[in-house]
Amino acid sequence: MSLYHLQKFLYELNRDDSVKEKFHKDIEGLISQFDLNTEESNALREGDIGLLYVLGVNGQILMHFAALLGIEWFDYLEMMREGIKKYGPVRAGVYAMTGGGESFTEEGKGQ
Amino acid sequence: MSLVYAGVLSHAPGITGRADLVKNTEKRDEFYAALDRQRQDIEDSGAEALIVIAAEHFANFFMNNMPAYCIGIGNRYEGPIEDPGWLKIEKTDVPGAPDLATRLTKEVMHTVDTAYAEEWKFDHGIMVPLNFLTPRYDMPIIPVNINCQGPPLTPLNRTWEFGAALRRACDSVPEKIALVGTGGISHWPATPDSGKINEPWDREFLDRLMRNDKEALLSYKDEQTYEEAGQGGFEIRTYIAAAAAAKGQGELQFYTAELPIFAVGCTVAKFSITV
Repeated sequence: MSLYHLQKFLYELNRDDSVKEKFHKDIEGLISQFDLNTEESNALREGDIGLLYVLGVNGQILMHFAALLGIEWFDYLEMMREGIKKYGPVRAGVYAMTGGGESFTEEGKGQ
Repeated sequence: MSLVYAGVLSHAPGITGRADLVKNTEKRDEFYAALDRQRQDIEDSGAEALIVIAAEHFANFFMNNMPAYCIGIGNRYEGPIEDPGWLKIEKTDVPGAPDLATRLTKEVMHTVDTAYAEEWKFDHGIMVPLNFLTPRYDMPIIPVNINCQGPPLTPLNRTWEFGAALRRACDSVPEKIALVGTGGISHWPATPDSGKINEPWDREFLDRLMRNDKEALLSYKDEQTYEEAGQGGFEIRTYIAAAAAAKGQGELQFYTAELPIFAVGCTVAKFSITV
């Protein structure tokens, strides 16, 4: 388990413009600076929001990462639901899904 | 006494970022109007600086070195860290109050071992409140953080003591200071359950908060809060600290659970400041 390092990668990315620049120009170099396993580094490379969510990345960290990738709000919520369907329940942390996958946002229904 | 205003308000990135997705625009505009009255109240108070007790979301603090409490003593701050197009708040510089904040920190330290920071980046947890309360970014801000994100979290009784210490510190300086606590009550933000709100839980909490009933406020347990109010419910700490600072009863000026696109029940309230 290197969830700590996975979250630290995203924490530094979210808050630091120079890390963002490196993320876009040299993602492999950036990934090599963190103690990540193959599943985690692949999830970062592919922007796999669903897998990052299931791995237990804190939602506030993940939400900012999704925004950085330009993912629209309802797509972001749906990616987390899809992640659970594909990889199973959230494995760590306090951001587990509790609502069975339903939408609690009137504006998001039917989209 | 130099605490001249104390209140609470919700923060959430959707309040600005997803404003155009709201269906109930009438309710949204009522909320914005309540926030504008709060801005007016703060301006009318003659406050020279604004303390924002926030619950940041990993803009500055991480599990490598997580403070339970931190006070910003910087000269200036920048924010938001989020994509400005996503949050719909442009990146800006916000003035700090280094001398005043340092004196407040020294006084707080007599009873609470707070951390302090000269560097601080604002995320939506502070930028959204400032967008409404100091829209010209011309009031010196003293950011204050209570860790509500990375457990283990500070217990509620210590949160109360921290709020009381802030009040004592405000009373020890000649400057006029306004203070707001900003957080959510029940909510499940940044999960697929985003938009879920336990309105009865919120109203019960707000009842205790407006009565400023210390015993009732401190009786919440995190395990139960997580179960009934989600991980977002941990942010009640910011409201409890504001109540402890004010000491007086509250006046609920706005609450709605009818804006789920904001992912939080939307609250605006102020407290009377009593000895």
